Amino acid sequence: MTIAVASPTSSTTARFSPRWLSDRLGGFVLHVVVIGLTVAWMVPTIGLLITSFRLPADISNSGWWTALSPPFKFTFDNYSQMLSASNLGQSLFNSFMISIPATVIPVALAAFAAYAFAWMKFPGRDWIFLALVGLLAVPLQLTFIPVTTELVKLGLTPEKLTAAGLPPFIPLWLAHAGYGLPFSIYLLSNFFRALPSDLFESAEIDGAGTLTVFFRIVLPLSVPAIASLVIFQFLWVWNDLLVALIYVGGVASVAPVTVTLVNLVGSYGQNYQLLTAAAFFSMIVPLVVFLSLQRYFVRGILAGSVKG
Amino acid sequence: MHQLWLKRSLLLSLAAIVTAVACGTSSTPSAGSVNVMATWTGAEQASFMAVMKPFTDQTGITINYEASRDQDALLTTRVAAGNPPDLAAAPSPSLLTTFAKSGKVKALNTIVDMTALQAQYSPGWITLGEPLADGKLYQVYSWVSLKGLIWYDPKNFQAKGYNVPNSWDALLNLQQTIKSSGTTPWCIGLESGAASGWPGSDWVKEIVLSQSGPTVYDAWWQGKQKWSSPEIKLAWTTWGQILGSNDSNVYGGAKNMSATNFGDAGTPMFQNPPKCYMHNQASFITSFFQSANASLQPGTDFNFFGLPDITSQYAGAHVVAGDAWSMFNDTPQAEKMMKYLTTADAQAIWVKRGGKISPNSQVPLADYPDALSKSTAQILVATKIAKYDAGDQMPSDMRNAYWSAVLQFAQNQNNLNSILANLDAIQAKAYTS
Amino acid sequence: MDFNVLLTDLPTLVVVIIGVPLVLAAYIVGGEYLVRRLPDKARPAVRPWIWVAPALVLVAGFLVAPAIATLIQSTEDRHGVFIGFQNFATQLAGFPTGGAWIAIRNNLFWLIFYTLFVLAFGLLLAVLFDRVPYEKVVKSLIFMPMAISSVALVVIWKFMYAYQPPGQPQTGTLNFIFNTVFHQDPRTWIQDETPLLGLFPLNDMALIGTAVWGIVGFSLVILSAALKGIPGDLLEAARVDGAGEITIFRRVIFPLMMPTVVVVGTTLVIFALKAFDVVYAMTNGNYHTDVLANRMYQLLYNSNDFGGASAVAVILLLTVIPVLIFNLRQFRAVEARR
Repeated sequence: MTIAVASPTSSTTARFSPRWLSDRLGGFVLHVVVIGLTVAWMVPTIGLLITSFRLPADISNSGWWTALSPPFKFTFDNYSQMLSASNLGQSLFNSFMISIPATVIPVALAAFAAYAFAWMKFPGRDWIFLALVGLLAVPLQLTFIPVTTELVKLGLTPEKLTAAGLPPFIPLWLAHAGYGLPFSIYLLSNFFRALPSDLFESAEIDGAGTLTVFFRIVLPLSVPAIASLVIFQFLWVWNDLLVALIYVGGVASVAPVTVTLVNLVGSYGQNYQLLTAAAFFSMIVPLVVFLSLQRYFVRGILAGSVKG
Repeated sequence: MHQLWLKRSLLLSLAAIVTAVACGTSSTPSAGSVNVMATWTGAEQASFMAVMKPFTDQTGITINYEASRDQDALLTTRVAAGNPPDLAAAPSPSLLTTFAKSGKVKALNTIVDMTALQAQYSPGWITLGEPLADGKLYQVYSWVSLKGLIWYDPKNFQAKGYNVPNSWDALLNLQQTIKSSGTTPWCIGLESGAASGWPGSDWVKEIVLSQSGPTVYDAWWQGKQKWSSPEIKLAWTTWGQILGSNDSNVYGGAKNMSATNFGDAGTPMFQNPPKCYMHNQASFITSFFQSANASLQPGTDFNFFGLPDITSQYAGAHVVAGDAWSMFNDTPQAEKMMKYLTTADAQAIWVKRGGKISPNSQVPLADYPDALSKSTAQILVATKIAKYDAGDQMPSDMRNAYWSAVLQFAQNQNNLNSILANLDAIQAKAYTS
Repeated sequence: MDFNVLLTDLPTLVVVIIGVPLVLAAYIVGGEYLVRRLPDKARPAVRPWIWVAPALVLVAGFLVAPAIATLIQSTEDRHGVFIGFQNFATQLAGFPTGGAWIAIRNNLFWLIFYTLFVLAFGLLLAVLFDRVPYEKVVKSLIFMPMAISSVALVVIWKFMYAYQPPGQPQTGTLNFIFNTVFHQDPRTWIQDETPLLGLFPLNDMALIGTAVWGIVGFSLVILSAALKGIPGDLLEAARVDGAGEITIFRRVIFPLMMPTVVVVGTTLVIFALKAFDVVYAMTNGNYHTDVLANRMYQLLYNSNDFGGASAVAVILLLTVIPVLIFNLRQFRAVEARR
C-alpha cells in the first residue's frame, strides 16, 4: 500500500484515499453531521455571547436571537463594567499563582506514581491502586473541616504564611494536588500500562536506568495523555471557586479571578448580566491553554496496546 | 577570582537595595487589621467600603474584607477549623445564633457602648441581639429593612380608578375587582436558585403576624407552635385566598410563579397593558424594576403601600429584617470597628447611598435619598409591632423546609395538610441542637 | 484594571513557575540517586515507594484521613456519642419517597443518562472528528463548554430553560424552539416533573442535560487521545482486507480503546454520583430533583447534622464499589495479557 507519510499535521487524507471516501458517500454526510452537531452544540454558548452584549432590560424582555435582527441594540456596558471590577488585576495574578503550581504538582506526582503502578512491582500495589480509584468518590465538602482544622493547628494559614514571606497559596496548591491525584494517577496509569513491554526490555538491555526510561521513553510516548491531564487539571483549578474560598479565603490580596467575577453580582442577584461577560473573560486563559496543547494530540509514534 | 568577588559584591548590593526598597515601601507602622466576612458583593460591597472609609482613614486599620454568597458553608468551616474571621455580618441571624450557643462568638456588652445603644436603638433591636436570653449581647444590627411592601404602578391604579386599600377586606375586594376586569391582580416570583420559595415565605409570615399576633408568631418560629396548628394553617389558607384557587390570581399561574426569578417577577406590572397590578416585596426590588426598565421613576411609576392589617387587634404590625454583626476574635481593632458600626454616622453613609435603613434613631430622615425610602423609614420608626423575619430566626434546615413548602403549596394548594405534617416532622428535630 | 500589580509581583510568579518543577525534578532525581546507593537486591523493593510516596502522602492527608473521619462520624450523633447505624436508618427511612430515597433514585438517573450519553457521544465525536481535516477546530468548539465555570454554566442554561407564560414572547431558547417550530406550549423545564416515557422526570433530565453539555468535552478529548494511540497501519491493514467501517470500529478500534473507555466511564460514573453544582444552583433539590451530594451539603451546613451528612457520604462511597470491582477485573485482564 502506498500511503503518504502520516505526518502529525495532515489528518485523514493520508489514511483514507479519496476513492474510498466517495465509495462510501462518507464525505458529504460526514461533514454535514460533524458540522451540524458542532453548531447545535454551540447554540447555548452563542446565546450567551450575544446576551453579553445586551442591556439588562433587553435581556429580561426578549430572547437573544431577537438581537440578531434590527434594531441592533448592542452595548459594551457589561464588558466595561466587568473589566473595571476592583481587584481584577490582582485576582488574575492570583489565579495564575494558584493554577500553575496546582497543575504542575499533581501532574508530576501522578506521573511518578503512575509509572510505579504501571511498571514496578511492590506489595499491595493493586489494592492501593484500587483504593485510589475509590477515593475519586469522596465528596470534597466533607474533607474541608477536618483538613482545615489540621492546617490551622500546623499554622499553615494564609496570614501566617504571608508573614513568613512564603506564598499564601501553598495549602491551596497541596489541596488541589491532593484532590486531583486520584484521577490523574488513574488516567496516566492507564496510558503508561498500554506501552509495549518490549520497549522496556530493550531499554533494560541497553542499560538505561529508571530515570532515563521515564524521561526519555515513557513521557514522550505519553504526551497526548499528559497534555489531556494538564488541560483538565488546569481548567478545573482555574474555574474553581469553593476550594479556593475554603483554603485561602476571599480577601482581595489572595482571591482568584473566579471570586472577583462572581462577586460582581449583588447579594440579591442584581447585575447578574455581568456574569455573561465574565464567563467569556474567564474562558480565555483555559482556551488558550487548550489550543496551545492541541498539537500534542497527534497520532503518537507508538502509543497504544499493539499486543491486543 | 577577581570576577567572582565582583559578582558576589554586586549581588550583595543588589540584594541590599531590593531589601531596602521593599522595607521602605511599607514605612507606615501598621495599625493592625480586621478580618471581615459578609455577603455584600457588587454594588453593595462598594457601599460597605464607603462606610468603612472614614474609619480606615482615621485609625489606619486595614479591613481585610471577603464576601461570598456561600457564607454559611464558609463560616461554618472556618469556625470549626479554629480560623474564624474577626467580624462577620449575616443577613440572617440563625447561623450566628448557633455560634452563640456553642460559645464561638464574644459577648459585646463590654465592647459597644451599651448606654448609647439603648438610647439610640429601639429595645426590640437590642433584644433581638440577645438570642440566648441571658442579657448578653451577641449580635448588633447596623442596617435593617422592612418587608410587606405592596408595590404598584400609580398610573395603572389611576387609569382604572383603583384606590390603595387600607384594610384587608379592601385588599380582597380590590383583588376581586381587578380579576373580574380580566387581569390577574398579583405578580409573584418564587425562583431563587438554592433559596427558591423565600418570597412566598415572606407572605405567610406577614400574614401570621398580622392575623394572629406577636405571641403566636414568636412561638411559631421558636418551634413551640406547630405548623399544623389552627393559626398557622389559617395563615396558609389566607395566602391561598390571595393566590386564588389554582393560583388563578397570579400572573401565569403556578407554572410562572415557580419558574420566574423573584427579581424579574414585578416587571410585568409595567407592561402595556399591565399583566398584574400588585407585587409584594422588600424595598431592594426597586433596583430590579429600574434595571429591567431604565425609564421608570420612583413615585410616579412605582410606589408602595404597606400590607394592610388583617385584624385590628394587631394593627401596625410589620415584619422586619436586618444585617446582624457578631465578633469571633476579640482584638482591639475588631472592637473599634464594632463600635464604629453602631454609630449613626457610619450607618448614615449607606443610608445616603440608598438601599438601607438605619435602626439608629439619630440618623435624620433627611438623609434618606428619596421619598420612597423616607416613607419606608418612617413606617419602620412608627411601627407598633415590629417582629424580625421568622424564617431567618428558625434553624437553617427548618427555614429551608419552609421555603420548599411554599413551592409545594404553590403547585397544589390541596396538599396543605401533608405539607404541614411534613413541616411538623422537621420541626420536631430541627430545634434540638 | 490595575496592571501595576502584575508587574511588581511578576518575579514571584516566575520564581514559582521555575521553582516548583525544579523541586519536583530534584526530588525524583535525588530519590533515584539514593536508591542507586543501595545494594542491587534492595533496589526494586525501595524504588517504587520513592516514586509513589509524595502522591500517597498528599492523598492520605487530603482524602484518606477525612474519609476515615467521615466513616467514624457516620456512627456518631451531633455530640460525638456513638449511636451505631442510626444515622443510616434515618437517612434510609421512608422508602420510597422519604429520607434519601428520592436522591438515590435521581442519582440512578444521573448514573444511567449522564454516563451513557457522555461516553457514547464522546466516542462518536472522537471517531467522527478523526476523519475530518478541520478536526482541531471542531474539537475546540465542543471543548469550549468545559472551559466555562460551573457558575457560568448555570447562567447559560437558566437562559436556555427560561419560561414565559403561553402567549407571551419566549425568552428561553428551548421554549422558543418548542413554541415556534413545534407549536408546543412552553414548559417550565426545571420545575416540571412530567415523566418522559412514564418514568423519567423532565426536570431531572433538564438538569442532567445541563451537566452533560458541560462535560462531553472531557470524554471527547481523552477518547480522542486514545484513538490517536491506535497505530494507523493497523487500521489500514484492516481496510485493505476489505473490512467495513462499522466492523473496524467494533473489532479493532473499540477493543483497543477499551481500557480508556473504562477509565472515562468510571470517572463519569463517579461524577454522576457526586453531581452537585448544577442541582444546588438550579433547584437546590426542590421539585424532587435532589441528589446525594446536595442532600449531604444541606445536612452538613444547614442542619449541622455531621452524622447524617457522613452517612449519606458513606452510602455514596458504597455505591462506587461495583464500579471498583469492574475496574479490578479489567485491570487483571490487561495484566494477564502482558
